[in-house]
Amino acid sequence: MATFIIRRMLSLFLVMFVITVVVFMIFFHTPGIDPTRQIAGRNPSAAAVKEIKHQFGLDRPLPIQYLLMMKKIFITRDLVSYSNQGQRIVPEVVQAAPATLSLAFGAAVIWVVVSILMGLAAAVFKGSLVDPVLMILALIGISMPVFWVGELANLITQSRWHDTFLFHWVPPLGYTPFVQDPGLWFKGLVIPWITLSIAFIGLYARVLRSSLLEVQNEDYVRTARAKGLSERRVLLRHTLRTSMITYVSLFGLDFGALVAGATLLTEVVFGIHGVGYLTYQSIGNLDLPTIMVTVIYGAFFIVLANAFVDIAYAWLDPRIRPA
Amino acid sequence: MAEVAALDQVEPASPGGPEVAGRSPWALAGRRLVRNRVAMGGLVLFLLIVVVSFAAPIYADHVAHVNPFENNLNGTTIVNGKKVPLLQQGGGILHLGETPIGPTWDIHHYFLGADQNGRDVASRVLYGGRSSLIVGVGSAVLCCFFATVLALLAGFHGGVVDSVFSRSMDVIWAFPVLLLAICVATVLLNAPNGVGVGPIRVQASSLWLPTLIIAFIFLPYVFRPVRGHVLAVSEKEYVEAAIAQGASGWRLVFSEVLPNVITVVIVLLPLIIATTILTEAALSYLSIGVQPPNASWGSVISDGQGLLYTRPWVAIAPGIMIVLTVLALNVFGDGVRDALDPRAKLRIEG
Repeated sequence: MATFIIRRMLSLFLVMFVITVVVFMIFFHTPGIDPTRQIAGRNPSAAAVKEIKHQFGLDRPLPIQYLLMMKKIFITRDLVSYSNQGQRIVPEVVQAAPATLSLAFGAAVIWVVVSILMGLAAAVFKGSLVDPVLMILALIGISMPVFWVGELANLITQSRWHDTFLFHWVPPLGYTPFVQDPGLWFKGLVIPWITLSIAFIGLYARVLRSSLLEVQNEDYVRTARAKGLSERRVLLRHTLRTSMITYVSLFGLDFGALVAGATLLTEVVFGIHGVGYLTYQSIGNLDLPTIMVTVIYGAFFIVLANAFVDIAYAWLDPRIRPA
Repeated sequence: MAEVAALDQVEPASPGGPEVAGRSPWALAGRRLVRNRVAMGGLVLFLLIVVVSFAAPIYADHVAHVNPFENNLNGTTIVNGKKVPLLQQGGGILHLGETPIGPTWDIHHYFLGADQNGRDVASRVLYGGRSSLIVGVGSAVLCCFFATVLALLAGFHGGVVDSVFSRSMDVIWAFPVLLLAICVATVLLNAPNGVGVGPIRVQASSLWLPTLIIAFIFLPYVFRPVRGHVLAVSEKEYVEAAIAQGASGWRLVFSEVLPNVITVVIVLLPLIIATTILTEAALSYLSIGVQPPNASWGSVISDGQGLLYTRPWVAIAPGIMIVLTVLALNVFGDGVRDALDPRAKLRIEG
């Protein structure tokens, strides 16, 4: 197990290294594109361009450029943004992270609880009307663009039905830090949480249902029944438990992706100033260093989540370890 | 007893008896698919949306008589027989600024109303559908094609080729989908003279750019399963038999391996199209997908965001189109999977 973890960690560092190189190359060395053009203005003087290149270390040989950039991101943490030269990016991302994490965690709780209930209900009531209705709802959930659902939610809760008893508690758009006012933090995040979780609920309910139905035919489930266990116990202790292995590994990956940047659209629609929102603003300003940092941050989360899932999986299922 | 009787009928016909027509696996799969009414419903709905979207110019020119790509700030239209301006002063909640006219529900006169620039929303939704479908289907097809070629090369050659391709795909895979799209799109859209390799140049406003970007991002999602199947199929006896017969590499790939892995691609294609359409919508919503003058469902939703509380239909209508399209593709995709993979332990039944 220890060797497995060490090997997995080594490959993790390798992937992270490659990711930073790729991102750096995309942003600063895509052929035909001058990364300084965005800050230097339309018709920059040669001196201005030179100055900017020097400031970001872009007048040095390629490997040095890369190392300087990484040093500014990971060690000195003083990489400045293009659009606002006084703004250090790394602290800005760190500051924005709690909003993104709050959004991702809350949505994850909702999606796990609801999707397990839906998946169980669909599997248990297979053959009745409940199953197809739930699965159609799940399919619709998967098919809706999250930003559009967010706009509809805003339309209903902020405008059309805001003055009714249903939604009068919904605060204006925006994010309130937990430490500032936990009540407002919660109220402001309920609608974004639900919006973000809808697609995941649909996906996971479907995955869980099919996995439950598959496991139901296994021999050990029959054995459990033959032992005289109650249906409820067979379902929860034998069937669901095995199905959860697939569910948990998928969850790890999707949650990693969520923290990494999949919350971007939700943050934009609801005006939540998290990492995704920062990225969104940087797209508008063509603030390449900021996008670069948020992308690297996101990719690291995904790689970490991948490694974590692999290790958890190997721990749960010893057959995987030698691979 | 009934089963036994059925088996008897399949027994080789006695000489002189009626011949039993053999059906290819493809014909069997096709029959299963056609019999799946829910899946066919999905296909019909999708085709209907395609036809309607590609009829956008006909609708704009001959029914609505508008140019949905030109600002029309001083335009007028007819509601209940009366001439009204498209942009009404102070129609909003605050009675400030201009509010475009809302839906008239009259197919000839601004059916879904106008947007902030006085452009006909209904025509823009149809034109937007055309772009969204071209980009969505185009990128999915390109993605599946290139991923399959790479997977065949990787799985068949093994060794260094496999390592290089697989590790490159791992790197793409490691990025959050949307963020990678944002990276590439932000950089490429700001290339002063468009993007190009050699003599081929693509302008930023071309639909090719989002198509290629999205195709690139989803490569590993097709490459991985296809490569897995190539590896599995390569071990099968019939491939060994072909090798023993002295079959060339090309014959092995095209007659033995490809026909047996192509089902994986076919199963994936509708689901990938559904995903690429959603991704295109997201990118266009963030203004880094389909660029003006083209519209797409995502960009119309983005246009409608500022009008959300006063004229919600601008944002609602294209969203409904996206949901219907993606839902139809998902339903059809499930049907295709069930039809092509009858041995799957479990099929999601409608």
